[in-house]
Amino acid sequence: MNLQLLQEVTAFIWAEGDMLDHNEYDTWLALWADKGTYIIPIDPKEEDFENTLNYAYDDAHMRQLRVQRLIGGESISTSPQPRTVRSASNFRVLSEDGDKVRVRCSQHLRDFRKDSLKHYSADLTYDLVRSGDSFQIQRKLIRLINSDDTLAGIGYIL
Amino acid sequence: MNNMIEVVNLECDPAELVKADRVHTSLYTDAKLFDAEMEKIFYSTWVWVAHESEIPDAGSYKSTFIGKQPVIAVRDRKKQVNVLLNRCRHRGATVCEHKKGKTNSFVCPYHGWGYALDGSLRGIPHPDSYGECLDKSELPLVSLRTESYAGMIFATFKDDIEPLVDFLGPARKWVDLFMKQGAGYGIKVPGEHRFRFPGNWKIQLENTTDAYHFPLVHKSFLHSVDQQTMDMLDFVDGSGYVEDLGNGHSVMVMIPDLIDLEANLDLPIPTRFESLAQELRDEGIEEQQVRRVVRAVGGSGFNLNLFPNIACSMAFFRVLQPISVNETEIHHAVITMDGGPAVANRYRLRLHEHFQGPMGFGTPDDSEAWERVQKGASAGEDLWIMLNRGLPGEKPSEDGLVSDVSAETGMRAAYQQWKKMMSA
Repeated sequence: MNLQLLQEVTAFIWAEGDMLDHNEYDTWLALWADKGTYIIPIDPKEEDFENTLNYAYDDAHMRQLRVQRLIGGESISTSPQPRTVRSASNFRVLSEDGDKVRVRCSQHLRDFRKDSLKHYSADLTYDLVRSGDSFQIQRKLIRLINSDDTLAGIGYIL
Repeated sequence: MNNMIEVVNLECDPAELVKADRVHTSLYTDAKLFDAEMEKIFYSTWVWVAHESEIPDAGSYKSTFIGKQPVIAVRDRKKQVNVLLNRCRHRGATVCEHKKGKTNSFVCPYHGWGYALDGSLRGIPHPDSYGECLDKSELPLVSLRTESYAGMIFATFKDDIEPLVDFLGPARKWVDLFMKQGAGYGIKVPGEHRFRFPGNWKIQLENTTDAYHFPLVHKSFLHSVDQQTMDMLDFVDGSGYVEDLGNGHSVMVMIPDLIDLEANLDLPIPTRFESLAQELRDEGIEEQQVRRVVRAVGGSGFNLNLFPNIACSMAFFRVLQPISVNETEIHHAVITMDGGPAVANRYRLRLHEHFQGPMGFGTPDDSEAWERVQKGASAGEDLWIMLNRGLPGEKPSEDGLVSDVSAETGMRAAYQQWKKMMSA
C-alpha cells in the first residue's frame, strides 16, 4: 500500500471539507480543475451522470453560481446559512494512473439551521489530478445513502 | 372584528370555511379536515398516478400513492395499464416495495400469494388447508378505474364519476399544448426529484398558480441566469393571465409568446440557446426542427394546475402527495424528448437541476416559504388566508374566469372545487 499517497490525498480531502464547513468558498473554488464536475446523483447505481437527472451536476460556472447563491443573502432558504460539520474517513485509493488518483471515502455530515439538526451520510469518490505539490479536483461524486428517498432542501455544499 | 370567523361548527360545515375571496386557516391545520379530504377528494375524484413513459413495456411498474393508499401502476401483457391497491388480499402486506421496475408478477413476501400483472390471484402455496373455502377469483389485487389523456394516467376509486376527459374539460387543450415539448419525438419522464416540506398540501397547490411570489422568492435564481432570461421571467406586470378552467383546474400564462411552442418558430433564438442550436445544426438537423427542439428545451410559458395533485408546470410535472395535515411530498418529474437529440435532452436535464429539487436554486426557497406559511398559520387560528388578489379585474372568459397573471384566480378555482367536494 502506498501510504505516502494515501496520506497526501487524505490531507487534501480533509482540507477541502474543512473549507466547506468554514465557508471558505473562494479557496474551495480554486481547488478545482477547469473542467471539473461536482455530481450528486439520484440513482445509487447510475454511472451515466451526464445523460440522467442528478441533484447537482455542476461545472465551473454552476459551482460559482452555487457559491454566490449561498453567500448572496438573497435566498430565504440559505439565510440564515446552515452550519455544517463533516467528517471523512475510510480513505481508500482505488487507482493511480500517472498523475491521476481516484480515491473513495465515507462522509458523515451534520447540518443545523434554525431549529433542525439533520444528518447526511455519503460515499464520496474523488478524481484528483496532481498539481505542483498538491491536487486539483477533476470530479467529486457524492452518493448519498438515501439519494433515492425524499430529501429536504440542502442549502450548502455537500 | 371582521377578520374573525363567526362561531360555526368547523367539523360539520367545510362550506363555511371557503368564501369567495378567502379561506379559513383551519384548511391548513385541522387534522380532521385532512382526513375528510382523503375521503371526499383523493378517494372521490381522478388522481394522477403516472406518465405512460414511466411504464413503457409489459411488466413495467411504478409504485405510488393515491391519498394515503399505496398503489401500483403496471402495464400488463396486453399492454393495458392497471392501477392496483398495493395490498395482499390475504393478510394485507404490500406486494411491491420498489419504486419502479419490471416484473412478471407480484408475490407477497409473507405467505407467497402470487398475483398476475392485471391483479388476478394466480398462486397460493399449500392450498389444501383451504379446502373449498377460498375462491381465487374473489381475491384479486383491487383494481381501480383507470383512464388516461395524452399520456397522463389517472385512477379513481369511484365508478360513478364522469369520464376523465369530461373531468379535465377545457384543461385538455392546455395539456395538448404542454405536450408540444416533445418536439415531435414524444414526451418521456426519465426521473424526478422528490422532497418533503412540513406543510399542508394545498400550500403547494396554490404555489403552482402564484406568479406574485416569483420575483421575490426566486431572486437568487433570477440572479443566476442571463439578462435575457431574467427579462423573460419578469412577468408579474406583463400581459400574462390566470384562467379558471372549471373543476378546480386553472392555467397561469406567464409568457404568452410560449403558449404554443410551435407558433412563431421564426422568432430569434434566445442567446442562451445559440450554442445548442448550432450543435443541433452540426448534427444535420434541418433548421425548422432545430428551432422546434430549442423551443421545446426552454419549456412552455404556462403552469396548468389540475386539481387535486398534478400540474404541468412550464417544463416538468409537479406531483403532490399529502402525507399528513402538516407534511407534503412533492415530485418534480423531469421531461425529455423520447429519442430526441441527446445534446438537447442533456440541456433540459441541466435546466431542471438548476431550479428544481433539494439542491436546486428555486425549490428550496419555495419550500422555505411554504414551511413559513404552515408555521405562521398556527398563530391566529381564527384568521383567514386572503385570496382576493386580482378580483377587481376578473372577467368571464370562454372557459371560466380570467384575471391578470398574478391574480389569485387559480387558487380561488381550486378552493371552490374543494368546497364543492367537501360539502358533497
